[in-house]
Amino acid sequence: MLEKDPVLDVGSPVEADTIVLTAHNITKIFPGTVALDDVSFNVHKGKVSVLIGENGAGKSTLMKILAGVEQPTSGKVLLDGKEINLKSPLDASRLGIGIIYQELNLCLNLSVVDNIFLAREICQNGIIDKKIEKQKAIDLIHRLEQSINPNELVGELRIGQQQIVEIAKALAQDVRVLIMDEPTSALSASEVEILFRVIRDLKAHGVSIIYISHKLEELLQIGDFITVFRDGKKVADEEASNVTVPWLIEKMVGRNPAALFTRREHEIGEVLLKVEDLTLPRIGGGYLLDHLSFDLREGEILGFYGLMGAGRSDLVDCLAGAKLQTKGKIWLNGNPITSKSVTDRIKAGFVLVPEDRQRFGLVQTLSVKDNMLLASLKNYMRKIFLLNKKEKIATDQQVKELSIRVASTQQPITSLSGGNQQKVVVAKGLLTKPKVLLLDEPTRGIDVGAKSEIFEIMNRLALQKYGVIFVSSELKEVLALSDRIIVMSKGAITGEFTHDEATEEKLVLASAIGHGPSNGGNNNGSGN
Amino acid sequence: MDQGTNPKLQESKNKRRITKTDVQQFLLKGRAFIALILVLVVFTSLSPQFVSPDNIVIITKHVAINAILAIGMTFVILSGGIDLSVGSIVGLTAMIAGGLINEGIQLPQLGIIIYPHTWMIVVISLAIGTLMGTISGFIITRFNVAPFIATMGMLYVARGLAGLRNNGYTFPNIVGRPEYGNTGFQILGAGDFLGVNYSIWIMVAFSIIAYIVTTRMAFGRHVYAIGGNERAAELSGVRINKTKIIVYSISGFCSATVGLIIASQLVAAHPLTGDTFELTAIAAVVLGGTSLAGGRGSIGGTLIGAFVIGVLGDGLIMMGVSSFWQKVIKGAVIVLAVIIDQVQARMQDRIALQKQQEIK
Repeated sequence: MLEKDPVLDVGSPVEADTIVLTAHNITKIFPGTVALDDVSFNVHKGKVSVLIGENGAGKSTLMKILAGVEQPTSGKVLLDGKEINLKSPLDASRLGIGIIYQELNLCLNLSVVDNIFLAREICQNGIIDKKIEKQKAIDLIHRLEQSINPNELVGELRIGQQQIVEIAKALAQDVRVLIMDEPTSALSASEVEILFRVIRDLKAHGVSIIYISHKLEELLQIGDFITVFRDGKKVADEEASNVTVPWLIEKMVGRNPAALFTRREHEIGEVLLKVEDLTLPRIGGGYLLDHLSFDLREGEILGFYGLMGAGRSDLVDCLAGAKLQTKGKIWLNGNPITSKSVTDRIKAGFVLVPEDRQRFGLVQTLSVKDNMLLASLKNYMRKIFLLNKKEKIATDQQVKELSIRVASTQQPITSLSGGNQQKVVVAKGLLTKPKVLLLDEPTRGIDVGAKSEIFEIMNRLALQKYGVIFVSSELKEVLALSDRIIVMSKGAITGEFTHDEATEEKLVLASAIGHGPSNGGNNNGSGN
Repeated sequence: MDQGTNPKLQESKNKRRITKTDVQQFLLKGRAFIALILVLVVFTSLSPQFVSPDNIVIITKHVAINAILAIGMTFVILSGGIDLSVGSIVGLTAMIAGGLINEGIQLPQLGIIIYPHTWMIVVISLAIGTLMGTISGFIITRFNVAPFIATMGMLYVARGLAGLRNNGYTFPNIVGRPEYGNTGFQILGAGDFLGVNYSIWIMVAFSIIAYIVTTRMAFGRHVYAIGGNERAAELSGVRINKTKIIVYSISGFCSATVGLIIASQLVAAHPLTGDTFELTAIAAVVLGGTSLAGGRGSIGGTLIGAFVIGVLGDGLIMMGVSSFWQKVIKGAVIVLAVIIDQVQARMQDRIALQKQQEIK
């Protein structure tokens, strides 16, 4: 199986420390902003070069230049000391530069195999050799220790699995340099381990990796060289062995990191939400949600932890009314909730901040203000007319309360950084005057500074007697923020811990239950 | 239609005896085909001659025209676009072929007229029709014009050029003259092979080629990819612009082919030939289960769609239904087909739920 891996054909064993790819004095100017300001960056052969910085620091822009998606305003890119001219992703791919993008770039209407070999189809006399493609895809998926059906449509996979496909797609190329832009943002801890094994394997075969992530521990674990970006400039360049987490945070934000990950005590009140026997079947057998029962109190942050596909996202989707075929009973403040449409659920007091901000959270063509008001427009109307003044007061207040950094609320939403976009989504939810906030991976793909701000907001909401359901695959975040943590595995609740009881070990153990022969286990220990 | 979902269906069939839900799923998946059979059964019961061999050949000949256009249209719609210019290109191609036969290529400066061979005329006409599609594709990709607008512009331009070619008059009796060596154009429309009209053979050939291209060749996969997620396709290295231009060129080529067939069948070229054909072609594609949003659909579906429309049209005429009612019925059928398409997605969830209860 192994000798078929295309990546393994590339390398001779690693020799001395040589520089493969160099970005030399790159400047990139977008209308209105300098995304990169005279930045130089080296990639070493067979090493992992880590790039880190807050959102908008220019990491992704530099990667897009190296991958041929964007062209620099000035500066040059050198491969093996020779200047190269990258006009398109195809040019980069021909030279052996592969990239795994931050946003998943897959065709959801095509199968896993078709996506892996898109634009690199294996043809014989112009006809695609599906057998070989499938075999190679299976090998790649095995290498990533997954069991994804290669003929399945990518659109039917969970986001975590889609990310695996994205990685497999990059591995299918003969790469010398592989850029990974936040490859683990949707992966579970065990999947990250697998990815790291693959990265080490690639390194051993002389492939150079450029690795971008917001997860600091992860970077130190896998990186050989660390480069820190801030506001489009390179602020530090260091060997990983000399680097510590506080040093990284200080370089990145230039702020005191001690304020991160703190939790303020808040009072927990009456039962707000009660869920009994919530069930969602999976197309093709089994359950996405397997008879769940739990409750949520006023002012409580209830964390949901689990591996990818454990059903956490399906749970919040169900509560928000976004899934149709559910069974089970829900009470809010003692009143049964029977409606199944999202509109009615919002009216009842549920609001969802979805996992995929770009696809489900925002309308990219609208302004900050219009996005924020989307879910609560009817509160700003008299008869059939929208009240501009009232709208402005409401949005300005949210901007202030959530400290959303905008020049004007009329700005297009796409001009904001990821963290500020996320705050707009949260503001949109809050404007519907909810009782229960469903936050699905609210910190995914945003920088450390914005993360701590989101945590602050969550804490404040709990103080204001909102019930907060907080879904995350970041162990540390769940542990730090939640008053109570429910662990899910394969659609069922496999553990429940109070803030004091919970440890990383316990959560991981509970999240692995049922990953073997499934017993459809259901031990809800809801203290009711 | 044959991607991804079918293995599941087969699996479930292997596992257990066929259940009610399997039947439901089968009915939904094969709905276009079932609609075709239904239409045939209804018309046959009303008039037994409807399925006589002669009549079937006649209907298929009518279907061929729409099917060939719809094959080109399928590529366009799969890529997430639309081509409104096909009907006009049909008319323009017919006029060009007719003009070349009756008037030749006139060069007044040199005082000579060149009468090309019939096969040359076919090649020139096809080339011009294809070129019109290429131009649409070029405008769409290079200047980032929405396909609806670009091809609507082409709809007017091509129709206008068709009228200009002979000041709005028909080229009658386009049979050529033996002394010019340009006879035989009518064979394309009237000739047959094994008793089957050439137009039907052309439809069969185009279908097979298009089927292979969409299912087995890289180009076809790129078309699906662009329709599904253009950005992802671009970042994967698919040449978006080139692929799109080819897609519109294919549609232009198919339109030109139809223009030649019609001119040949009528032995005349009228500037209004092919008027509103684009709508019937789109209807066939949509009836066949291709999503107007792009990325989902198949050539097989399109063919069945074309047959449903053709059989329905001819059947209603034979029954003596008024042409106004024909339009009402056709419109209703098209919308109904899309409604069923949407219902299917929801139905699948419900079927899944039922299955679980059956297992218990």
